[in-house]
Amino acid sequence: MPVHDWKGQKVWQLRTQRESLAHWVMWLVGVAIFAYCWQQISQATTWAFVWDAPRIAGDIWTRATPPRWEYITQLGEPIWDTLNIATMGTIISLILAVPVAFLAARNTTPSALFIRPIALLIIVSTRSINSLIWALLLIAIIGPGVFAGVIAIAIRSIGFCAKLLYEAIEEIDETQVEAITATGASRWQVMAYGIVPQILPAFAGIAVFRWDINIRESTVLGLVGAGGIGLQLSASLNILAWPQVALILLVILAAVVISEWVSAKVRGAII
Amino acid sequence: MTTLDQKLGQPWKKPPFIQRAWLRWGLLLGFAAYLIAAFLTIEVNWSRVYEGLERGKQFILAFTSPDFVTRSGDIWEGMLESIIMTVAASVIGIAISIPIALGAARNVAPLPVYLICRSIIAISRALQEIIVAILLVAIFGFGPLAGFLTLSFATIGFLSKLLAEDIESMDRVQAEAIKASGASWLQWINYGVQPQVMPRLIGLSMYRIDINFRESAILGLVGAGGIGATLNTSFDRYEYDTAAAILLIIIVIVMALEYLSGIIRARVQ
Repeated sequence: MPVHDWKGQKVWQLRTQRESLAHWVMWLVGVAIFAYCWQQISQATTWAFVWDAPRIAGDIWTRATPPRWEYITQLGEPIWDTLNIATMGTIISLILAVPVAFLAARNTTPSALFIRPIALLIIVSTRSINSLIWALLLIAIIGPGVFAGVIAIAIRSIGFCAKLLYEAIEEIDETQVEAITATGASRWQVMAYGIVPQILPAFAGIAVFRWDINIRESTVLGLVGAGGIGLQLSASLNILAWPQVALILLVILAAVVISEWVSAKVRGAII
Repeated sequence: MTTLDQKLGQPWKKPPFIQRAWLRWGLLLGFAAYLIAAFLTIEVNWSRVYEGLERGKQFILAFTSPDFVTRSGDIWEGMLESIIMTVAASVIGIAISIPIALGAARNVAPLPVYLICRSIIAISRALQEIIVAILLVAIFGFGPLAGFLTLSFATIGFLSKLLAEDIESMDRVQAEAIKASGASWLQWINYGVQPQVMPRLIGLSMYRIDINFRESAILGLVGAGGIGATLNTSFDRYEYDTAAAILLIIIVIVMALEYLSGIIRARVQ
């Protein structure tokens, strides 16, 4: 117990002197790094604009209200596209994620030394790059449109779904698998009757969860030209049609809230 | 009720995932109808896609020879700005989200405070980073300040919600013991609540830093600073080797952050 003498009395301390010194140095370094970061941001900022910000915000608010309600007739198709991008993207990504997850899980991988690292690499690299960047890339490759959005969402979701799925596979009850194996089942039968039933609830949960996230992400994919309601948003922003922007933002907000509600309901029903 | 006698002699069939037959078939049919409708409305310009395959191949080949050198100045500046935005926004976001999390926990805060804090969280979670960034760029002008504010705002929604849930599920007994010793409200939070949620707070913070860095990579697309602008330009100019270099750096940093957060989380838990 760290105790130090103070005028002949023993006083209890939380940390020893060395520990508290290390603690202070850590804090000092942290604060210094933060101060440096803040100074860099401050240098790159035109502060006159910032002081002016409340007025500009008020100005935008007066321009944007009331939203242009009649514009909603033109939003039907973009919303349908957005829904399609999210749903198709999720389906494609699940089809691709299942084999990756089985290859990445410690208990099902055919080779922990060679194939597992490759599967993990796929998971990390698809997960660490945002869907907007995937969309940018795919637009450069296959041209703008809904299709690029679908593929961007699909690629981005592989890592997420595969990661959650392989964790679920690693947590299965081995005794059930053993029981199926003991009946003389082949490798694929073990898979179908021993492993799949155990991960099916997790799988359904992941699918709905990712679908919810994908709805969110597909609403903004149009900003880079990959279809959906984001196209309308960027067009309206470019011509400074703030009442239209306000309406689109409201629609996006509604879509996000509804999809979250649906996914919460479905997950509640499954789990 | 099916008795054992009825079941004996019958071949075993896998029980279906959804028990009610009409619901199962209804869902399946509805889903199939939707898929067909969706397929029909997605327009794919296959000749364009076919032409694109060549460029796709070039891009994949670019990963084998990424070009870190030609635009090293731009990459370095953009990366530094992304990291700076991430660090500053994480610090401020975490600092603000702790009081909001306390306010959003029903067992700590009174009802009015609870409702206010929960609505702040709901707003922050419903708005995506990129949309917030567009609005903030319009208000504060181009540059990392808008990105910093966006990430801080997004951090508040994420961290407060998860932290509040953790506070709500804490062990009441320990907190009550501190209260019984005559502690003030602040002491109660500091000695009764904080030690219980600290491991989770550290884990979540590390995870959020990771997310903030990933998000900071796209904020540049709308002018909110960071590496996104450089990346966008390199795509527009078909400089795939530079784009590949930037993507590789992002992947490596994210992997390093994940590894680091794994170590830290293992230590605090």
